[in-house]
Amino acid sequence: MSAIVARELTRRFGSFVAVDRISFEVAEGEVFGFLGANGAGKTTAIRMLIGLLAPSGGEATVAGFDVRTQTEQVRSRIGYMSQRFSLYDDLTVRENIRLYGGIYGLDDATIRTRGDAILAGLDFAPSDKALVRALPLGWKQKLAFSVALLHEPAVVFLDEPTGGVDPITRRQFWELIYRAAARGTTVFVTTHYLDEAEYCDRLSIMVDGRVAALGTPGGLKAEFGVSTLDDLFVQLARGTGAVGAA
Amino acid sequence: MLRSLRVLLHKEFLQIGRDKVILRMLFILPMIQLLVLANAATFEVRTANLWVVDQDHTPMARTLADRYSASGRFVVVGTSAIARPADDALLNGRADAVLVIPPDFADDVQRTRHGVVQLILNAVNGAQAGLIQSYASAITSRFAASLGGGHAPAPARRVMEVRARSLYNPSLDYKRFMVPGILVQLITVVGTLMTALNIVREKEAGTLDQLNVTPIRPAVFIAAKLLPLWVIGVIEFVMGMVIARLVFHVPVVGSPLVILAGLSLFLLAALGLGLWVSTMVDTQQQAVFVTFSVLMIYLLMSGLFTPVRSMPGWAQMVAQANPLMHFIVVVRAVMLKGAGFADVWRQLIALAVIGATLLSLAVKQYHKRSA
Amino acid sequence: MTGGANGGANGDEPGGGMRRSRRGAAAALRAFMRKEVWHLLRDRQTFTILLLLPIAQLMLFGFAVRTDIHSVRVAVVAPAADFAVAALRTRFANSGRFELLPPVARAGDLDALMRRGAVDVGVVLEPGLAGRLGSGEPTQVLVVSDGTDPNTGTMMQTYALAIIRDWQGALGANTGQVTIEPRMRMRFNPTLESVNLFVPGLIAVILTMVTSMMTAISLSREKERGTFEVLLVSPLRPWQIILGKVISYLGLAMANVVSVLIPAWLVFGVPFRGSLMLLLGASMLFSMVGLALGVLIAAVTSSQLAAMLAALGGTMLPNFLLSGLIFPISSMPWILRFVSNIVPARWFIEIVRGIMLQGIGVSVLWPQLTVLGVMFVVLLTLAIKRTSVRLT
Repeated sequence: MSAIVARELTRRFGSFVAVDRISFEVAEGEVFGFLGANGAGKTTAIRMLIGLLAPSGGEATVAGFDVRTQTEQVRSRIGYMSQRFSLYDDLTVRENIRLYGGIYGLDDATIRTRGDAILAGLDFAPSDKALVRALPLGWKQKLAFSVALLHEPAVVFLDEPTGGVDPITRRQFWELIYRAAARGTTVFVTTHYLDEAEYCDRLSIMVDGRVAALGTPGGLKAEFGVSTLDDLFVQLARGTGAVGAA
Repeated sequence: MLRSLRVLLHKEFLQIGRDKVILRMLFILPMIQLLVLANAATFEVRTANLWVVDQDHTPMARTLADRYSASGRFVVVGTSAIARPADDALLNGRADAVLVIPPDFADDVQRTRHGVVQLILNAVNGAQAGLIQSYASAITSRFAASLGGGHAPAPARRVMEVRARSLYNPSLDYKRFMVPGILVQLITVVGTLMTALNIVREKEAGTLDQLNVTPIRPAVFIAAKLLPLWVIGVIEFVMGMVIARLVFHVPVVGSPLVILAGLSLFLLAALGLGLWVSTMVDTQQQAVFVTFSVLMIYLLMSGLFTPVRSMPGWAQMVAQANPLMHFIVVVRAVMLKGAGFADVWRQLIALAVIGATLLSLAVKQYHKRSA
Repeated sequence: MTGGANGGANGDEPGGGMRRSRRGAAAALRAFMRKEVWHLLRDRQTFTILLLLPIAQLMLFGFAVRTDIHSVRVAVVAPAADFAVAALRTRFANSGRFELLPPVARAGDLDALMRRGAVDVGVVLEPGLAGRLGSGEPTQVLVVSDGTDPNTGTMMQTYALAIIRDWQGALGANTGQVTIEPRMRMRFNPTLESVNLFVPGLIAVILTMVTSMMTAISLSREKERGTFEVLLVSPLRPWQIILGKVISYLGLAMANVVSVLIPAWLVFGVPFRGSLMLLLGASMLFSMVGLALGVLIAAVTSSQLAAMLAALGGTMLPNFLLSGLIFPISSMPWILRFVSNIVPARWFIEIVRGIMLQGIGVSVLWPQLTVLGVMFVVLLTLAIKRTSVRLT
């Protein structure tokens, strides 16, 4: 069974078509990169998949449930971390863990053991009684990702998770992603960094609301006859390679 | 469901408790405002400045002028025999009123038993002028009555005696009237604004999206947001009542239970309004502007400053939808008049209806925005 | 520090360069002002509120917020109706100011009605009034009024007593009594229109909102976003930045004054007895005081929210409450009367009321104008100083 299925998914805002009949499938345990320039429709697409925005047309399932009709079931099976930092910065690390654990209905003992595991797994140096506000950005991002995985979701959506983070932390972040994927979690990640795209099992590139390219990083380079993803991206953005997906 | 409510409530209380600045603003600021406002927000006219133009120059004219100053309501700031200086005093604000005693005043009174004096008032503030007029009428007729025996050719028989009594606020203490109203106004501002800002802040921080992708039901989220603010509203109001009692000696003649019932219902409306505003705006700045625009209308049409019954018919109809008006009526009636459930049940029902309507509109709007 | 650096740079340059840089600075200032106007027009929601709120408030004050007292509900308590009771009821019914309620049989019932707020004034007559008067027996009339609101209560009582006195006179109950009639003349506002009182204050409140509050928030938003730093490293001088910031708000403020004055005059017939130029000039002066205060607030606060609260607590509330707009200053305790002296709106409202309602000019109003002028100079100096301090 596919973790995410999108068929002809469309979203219009008035006469503007932000997402134009996109279709793709993501397998369980896959790390799927979702690329595109700013304004290509990435965020709109992701908001439809996580149930924050109703699609204007087409359909999509996440973890086997329809995003339009079975929102409840979808929500309890996904994790989400947005480009804007999504923990409460006026709560402590431990309080954030307890909050999100409680929201997903974990019992206190589970929250405690998983919380300990998270902090141990991160080699978390600061005190868990520190306010999140006081943490360095890199720590915040890694912590937000781990908290998004707290309830062991089937699919986790990451919306530009590494924006503004230094290369070393980005590296560590991707190690966390791989670790989650190895445990069977499907990872759906949007990013600006083309070097990160290379880490993905498969990726799709959106241009003007449509999926312009879809495949493994190596396969795409071969298909479009380019040596780097950078070149591919530039070629697509210029509009010459849009036929590739059709 | 109960568990997620508990978890969210815990979070809200943690956050409120953590922000010491906001906490101070929530509790200390309104109390200071109550102390200042109760003294500033008064239409009371303790004394008016009077200029006397005495064109009669008789002992009777002087006695009349003396009666004005002896009443304690008027301070004679100047006397002249001609009108000109009095006019200047009115223009530059040194005098609020001018008493003109015409020539032959005493003569007329003795001959015809009827005299005329003229009172010129600075009516820029109409309400103030009306009140000064009342004071002047009372002093003048008392003076006339005192002349009855002495100057009457035949002794007047007092066949009918008219007495006047003011109920509920016999000392005519303006603070007793205003303090309960100001208290209502303060918790409205705090409750509505805090609700709106609290939710919009999560919007700005992005945590609202985060919560929206979790399985939490909107109803649970809203309940967790409103409950702490509701509790704060109740605590604040009780604190305000204590201050009203201790500092301003405002009595609570009726049962505090009736006020509490009204308060519970009223807060639903106030918080519902805040929630509704938060669904309409994206930034805290906009939240403040919208909240203040709406509250300004609520406040001016609440009967807090000017009597609702002085408004035109259509405005009184509109005011029926104003929760502030109903709650102010309840608080004043219970505290000063000793009204019970039997007297204010209409207002309580109105509050319940308005609260339920505002809240369900807000929740509906919230659903629409988050879907 | 920036000022010093600027001076040094100018000193090093030859004269021609200086002229060029001055022309450049003028262009930069123009560009900067243009950006401010765009900002203002771009934020539709705020802009609409700023334009419509004043007019909505005027309508409220003009139509709904009234202090005149009418439709006073009066109940006559008399066990049995005789001709004297009927005469009194007719007098109340025809007075125009009272709304006569059905007769109440017992004084005890009056209590419940008044507690519920269904009756404002009760007149309690003794049983067999007409008979007693006929036989010359003494009788009593008791006027009970709801004194919850002391002012309204007092006035309702006065009106009721006047009607009873007339009725007494007609009954011939009190012959032989001297009567002195005080003839009242209401100067400046003969119909006691409350809108005449509120319009000047409304102008003050709106100007405060547009100048102090908006400027403070807008400046602190630029500080929060870091765009203020960009302005500071530009060739613009601090005073030019401030000028560019405030000039669009000054324009908006003057537009608001006109948008309130026109409907006030056309719709509500608020009199306009003095000089329009003087009024506009005074509004301009008051706006400048407000703008200086806004800049000062932005300089001393660190966030938008803090600026907003400071503007609210430091300008809006005092200008609303301690200015005599609604509540007469003379009624306040001495400490608040003292504080009201440093509230700019207090002086401005005196000026506007003087010009509009009393038709007086500079010869009477010069002290108030001077106070505003001094306030402007002091606040501006402080504001520029604090802004410059923040530059280092």
